[in-house]
Amino acid sequence: MKRHQNYEIIWHGRGGQGAVTAAKVFTEAAYYAGFKGVSAKPTYFSERRGAPVSVHTRISLEPIRTFSNVLFPDIAVVLDENLLEMVNVTSNLKAGGLLVINSSKSAHDLHINGPFTIAVSNAYHCSETAGLIVEGNVLVSTSILGPLVAATNFVGIDNVRKAIQHKFRGKPLDRNLKALELAFENTEIVDLQMMSFIAQA
Amino acid sequence: MGEIQIITANTAAALAAKLCRVQVVSAYPITPQTPVTEELAEMVESGALKAEYLTVESEHSALASVVAASQVGARVFTATSANGLLYMHEMLHWAAGSRAPIVMACVNRGVGAPWTILNDQQDTVSQRDTGWIQLYCRNSQEVLDSVIQAYRIAEQVQIPIMVCYDGFILSHTSTPVDVPSQEEVDRFLPPLEDRSGIDGQTAMNINPLILSDPRPNANGVVMPGYMEFRYRLQQDILGSLDTIKAADKEFLDIFGRNWDGSTWTYRMEDAEHAMVSMGSLASECTLAADSLREEGLKVGVVGVRVYRPFPASEIVESLSGMKTVTFFEKDVSYGYQGALAMDARAAMYDCSSRPAISSYVVGLGGRDVRPDQLAKATLECTKGATKFCWLDVRS
Repeated sequence: MKRHQNYEIIWHGRGGQGAVTAAKVFTEAAYYAGFKGVSAKPTYFSERRGAPVSVHTRISLEPIRTFSNVLFPDIAVVLDENLLEMVNVTSNLKAGGLLVINSSKSAHDLHINGPFTIAVSNAYHCSETAGLIVEGNVLVSTSILGPLVAATNFVGIDNVRKAIQHKFRGKPLDRNLKALELAFENTEIVDLQMMSFIAQA
Repeated sequence: MGEIQIITANTAAALAAKLCRVQVVSAYPITPQTPVTEELAEMVESGALKAEYLTVESEHSALASVVAASQVGARVFTATSANGLLYMHEMLHWAAGSRAPIVMACVNRGVGAPWTILNDQQDTVSQRDTGWIQLYCRNSQEVLDSVIQAYRIAEQVQIPIMVCYDGFILSHTSTPVDVPSQEEVDRFLPPLEDRSGIDGQTAMNINPLILSDPRPNANGVVMPGYMEFRYRLQQDILGSLDTIKAADKEFLDIFGRNWDGSTWTYRMEDAEHAMVSMGSLASECTLAADSLREEGLKVGVVGVRVYRPFPASEIVESLSGMKTVTFFEKDVSYGYQGALAMDARAAMYDCSSRPAISSYVVGLGGRDVRPDQLAKATLECTKGATKFCWLDVRS
C-alpha cells in the first residue's frame, strides 16, 4: 500500500471473537509508530456472542477530530470468512486499498475481485497452534494483525509486538506473540488490481 | 509528568475520579455508563482507590446517597445516562438546592421511548433547569481534565456539576489520553475542607425545615427563607462562570493544557459564518468548517463547553457581526426548537448586528453525523434563508 497521512479501517468480526481487541492493539501500535491521532470505535447495537460486529478505526498524523462512522475504508479486516456471505465488506473499500481475511483458503479460492490488494492468512489455525484458546474459543484478535502488518508498511510488526506486550502478561503474552508471528509468516498477498491489469494486457 | 494511555472516555472519567481521591462512589449501572462503575468498583476492590463504594438499587438512591455523603463532608462521585439520569430528577434538584459539591459523569444517551442505547444529548439538556453546572466535552482528554476541574469548581462554589460526554462516540472509543500523575492532580485539587458542621460532640440538624420567610435558627442566627436560598443559588451559579474560567487557567499552569473556559472557537478570526454546537458534535463541525474554507467560504466554529451557567456574553461577542449562524444539536425542546439555539438566539437579541440564524436537530438516538453532512447543511444556511429543521430524517 502507498503510505498516507491518514488511514481508515473497518474491522468485521463476530461478537466475542476479538475484533475490538484487535482494533485496540493495532491503534496502540500505530500510536507507537508515530501517528498522534488514533481511534477505535466499536459499533454497538444488540451485543451478543456470534452476531456480526464492526469496529471503525482512524489512524492519522494529526489528532482525531471526527468520531463518525468510516464510510470508505482504506483497509477492511475480516476476522471470520463466513462474514463475506453476510456483509459486503468490499463495496466501499477504496480503490488501491487492502482487504485482510482470516481464511483457510487461498486468495484465488476466495473468488474475490476488485481494485485492491488482498492479504490472506489462516489466523484461526495460527491461534490454535499457539494455544490461544479461552473457554473453548480460539481467539484471532492478535493473529489477524499478522497479515495486516505483512501487507502494510505504516505500523510494522515491532510496534504490534510492543502493543501486545503492553496488554498481556505471562503465558497469554507468549501465545499472542506466537500467534502473531505464525500468521505474519504465513500470509499470502495478492494485488488484484495488478492481476486484472495483467489479465487485460 | 503524565503518561499517554489509549483509553475510552469512560476509563478517562473513572481514572479522573480516582486521581481526585473520591471518598464515596455510588452508582447504578446503565449503558453506556456501565464501564465507569465497573472500573471504579475494581479500583475500590483492589485497594487502588481508598473509597466507600455503595451498591444501590436505583439511580435515585445512587444520587440520594452521594448527596448525604457530600453533606457530611466526603468528596463523592457518581455517573449515569439517559433514563437513569431522569430517574434521578427529583434528587438533581435536591443536590443543587442543598449545595452539595457532587461531580457526576453523564454519558449522553437518547431517552426512551422508543428504546435506544445510542447517543444524543436529550438526557442532560432536559435537566438544564435543575441548578447544576453542565460541562460538555469534545474528546476523552477533555473528559478526564473536566472531571478534575469540576471538583475544584464545585467545591469552590458549592454547586454540583455534570460532566457530559457522548455515549459510545466517546464513551467506548479508544483514543490517546494524557493521564496526569497523582502529584500533579494533588497540586491542583486540595483535600476537601470539612464544611459539614457535624463534629460528633454537638450533633445538630444541618438540614432544617426552611419556611418561606427568614427566621432565627436554634442558635439565634437569622437563616434565609426558601426564596433567599434559591436566589443565592442563582447568583452563585451565574458567578461560577468566572470560577470555571479561573480553574481552567490554573489547570493550564500545572498540566500544560486547558479547554478555553466556557466557550471555544475554531477559525473564527476572520469568519463571516459560524457553526455552533456542543460536545463531540462541535468537534465534527471543525472538519466541516475546514472543508467549507477550502471552497472559499469563511466559516468558523463556536463550541459551547459550559451550557449552564449559560455563557451569554461570550456567545454574543463571538457571533456579533457574523452574516449567518447555524446551530447543530442533539436535542430538541419538543414544540419549539433545539435548546441551545433557543438560549443563544435569546442572548443574541443584544447583538449589535444580528446574524441570520438557522438551527438543526441532528443525530438523535445514535444516527451517524458526518462532517460532510454538517458542511452541506451549513452551506445552505450561508445562502441567507433562515430555517429550523432536522438533518437526515429518512422516509
